Amino acid sequence: MTSNVSNIIKPTPADRVFRYVALFFLLVVMVLLTYPLIFVINASFTDPLKLYSSPLLLYPKGFNLGSYSIAFANSDIWIGYRNSLIYTFLGTIVNIVMTILGAYPLSRKDFTGRNVLTFFYSFTMFFSGGLIPYYLVVSGLGLVDNIWTMIIPGAVSVYNMIIMRTFFSTNIPTELEEAAKIDGCSNFRLLLSVVLPLSTPILAVLSLYYGVDHWNGYFHAMIFLNDRNRYPLQLFLREILIQNQMSDMLQIATDEKYAQRMMDQLGLKYVVIVVSTLPIFIIYPFLQKFFNKGVLVGALKG
Amino acid sequence: MLNRYKSKGAAAQLKRSIVRNTGLYVMSLPVVIYFIIFSYLPMYGVQIAFRNYSLTAGITTSPWVGLEHLKVFYQSYYFGRLIKNTLFLSLYSLLVGIPAPIILALMFQEVRRKKLRSVLQAISYAPNFFSTVVACGMIVMFLAPNTGVIPVLMEALGLNMSTSILTNKDAFRHIYVWSGIWQNVGWSSLIYTAAISGIPTDQYEAAAIEGASHLQQIIHITLPNLAPTITILSILAMGGVMSVGYEKVYLLQNDLNLETSEVISTYVFKTGLLNKKPRYSFSAMVGLFNSVVNLFLLSSVNMLSRRISETSLW
Repeated sequence: MTSNVSNIIKPTPADRVFRYVALFFLLVVMVLLTYPLIFVINASFTDPLKLYSSPLLLYPKGFNLGSYSIAFANSDIWIGYRNSLIYTFLGTIVNIVMTILGAYPLSRKDFTGRNVLTFFYSFTMFFSGGLIPYYLVVSGLGLVDNIWTMIIPGAVSVYNMIIMRTFFSTNIPTELEEAAKIDGCSNFRLLLSVVLPLSTPILAVLSLYYGVDHWNGYFHAMIFLNDRNRYPLQLFLREILIQNQMSDMLQIATDEKYAQRMMDQLGLKYVVIVVSTLPIFIIYPFLQKFFNKGVLVGALKG
Repeated sequence: MLNRYKSKGAAAQLKRSIVRNTGLYVMSLPVVIYFIIFSYLPMYGVQIAFRNYSLTAGITTSPWVGLEHLKVFYQSYYFGRLIKNTLFLSLYSLLVGIPAPIILALMFQEVRRKKLRSVLQAISYAPNFFSTVVACGMIVMFLAPNTGVIPVLMEALGLNMSTSILTNKDAFRHIYVWSGIWQNVGWSSLIYTAAISGIPTDQYEAAAIEGASHLQQIIHITLPNLAPTITILSILAMGGVMSVGYEKVYLLQNDLNLETSEVISTYVFKTGLLNKKPRYSFSAMVGLFNSVVNLFLLSSVNMLSRRISETSLW
């Protein structure tokens, strides 16, 4: 848009100054946003001893995989990784199926009761019974220390369902649906063989949203899981990154191995951040092209 | 008479629709059941806030106590502090969190090469994909005394860093809000970028011909075009005022910063679930209080916005 304008009218010196100032601030902001990421990656490859001597890093100091081998020898991390993969995979499938089931009827104008249903769903976004009654319901269903607690209670998000409904009603031509119905196609067939094949962008984006939520969530697991063998990765990360740190601050050196343990702990922290976030960053360049397709704006109009 | 006729008509229409589109109703069924169980059942269960619930007495059979728990909460030492912390934290977040992504989106517009711009944007929203635990872990590490980047930098600038920033109750709010900006600003700016790209170019061309400077174009064309998006997002954000990001608050809490970091949601969690003797009814009441205030704020802001700008959620 800006380039079109500048084709017609030459920018004045004042405009140019404005632009350079804006670009300068953008550069500063970008540095601030990315420095923590770069730092963590660098630190994960650096000997923790060197981190103590000079905590500022712009590039890795040496190339040391010591912290990685400590992390991979840690059985908690493996257990957490396995559990999180299971919860994310199963959970996202359930999420997508449920979201489609909820969203598709709402997108059909000939579906009597859609307004009532929309209200029934969206009301839950604005009012809830709160944590305690929710806890009592979920535990009453036997979903404590049960792997299904990671999948069923969060089976569908109203927000995502509305995004999908809006996508269906703006991107699937009504004529197509009518034609299919005249041919005697049932609603399920219609959904499976006409609507869903035309909806890959939204399915991809919402799978990412749901998947990230499963992978990143800790609170639900913290409340409903006690058995460490069922912990998702995030709960182990919480122990390593936050609880240990808090106790470190209060601890006083008690034995000669203490210093070494502190070193290992420090290196481990950077490594677990890299290792736990890696799967998301591997997937997301593939999905990134969908983000700019106006999916987000479509949601707002809904 | 007319009303009855109408409702009869609606019932008949529903019947016809069910016959014709049975599949659509079958599809909705699992979703409806889901919301009944996980959203409406807890709403029904919220009546324990008015009772003295215990695990043995059951939800509907435990004795009524009316507003007793609300009174206890209101008179407690924590009431003022919790309200203050909750409001302070979320209003501070909104105050910074609403304009920041708009400004970032405007700055991105100044990058003319589209490829470069989208790469920069993709980098800017990377922090959004860090989990709350990882983000808080990073905050804790970056602020840790002796080893953290920030205290080391500040010491290099000659500031006295003998006490930990993390346990400083005055620093908590700033840490919470600005780390939130770091995590979300890029992601939130996406929606504004999309909205900006939807503005018809002829508006800018006309303005440029009239001699409007670049800044004037932003003020008189871009911002007014963004107004509905800004309004809707702000209303939604107001609806979340009382719930703050309690998952993050909880992770950043420690015994020394509780005076500013304890918010209603974390308090509910602690008294209702973490406590050795969980005070179910009392915390349910505190939670209900929170939900009601929240709903009230949301609908007032929504109504206000509908009056003033004709943009509203419903």
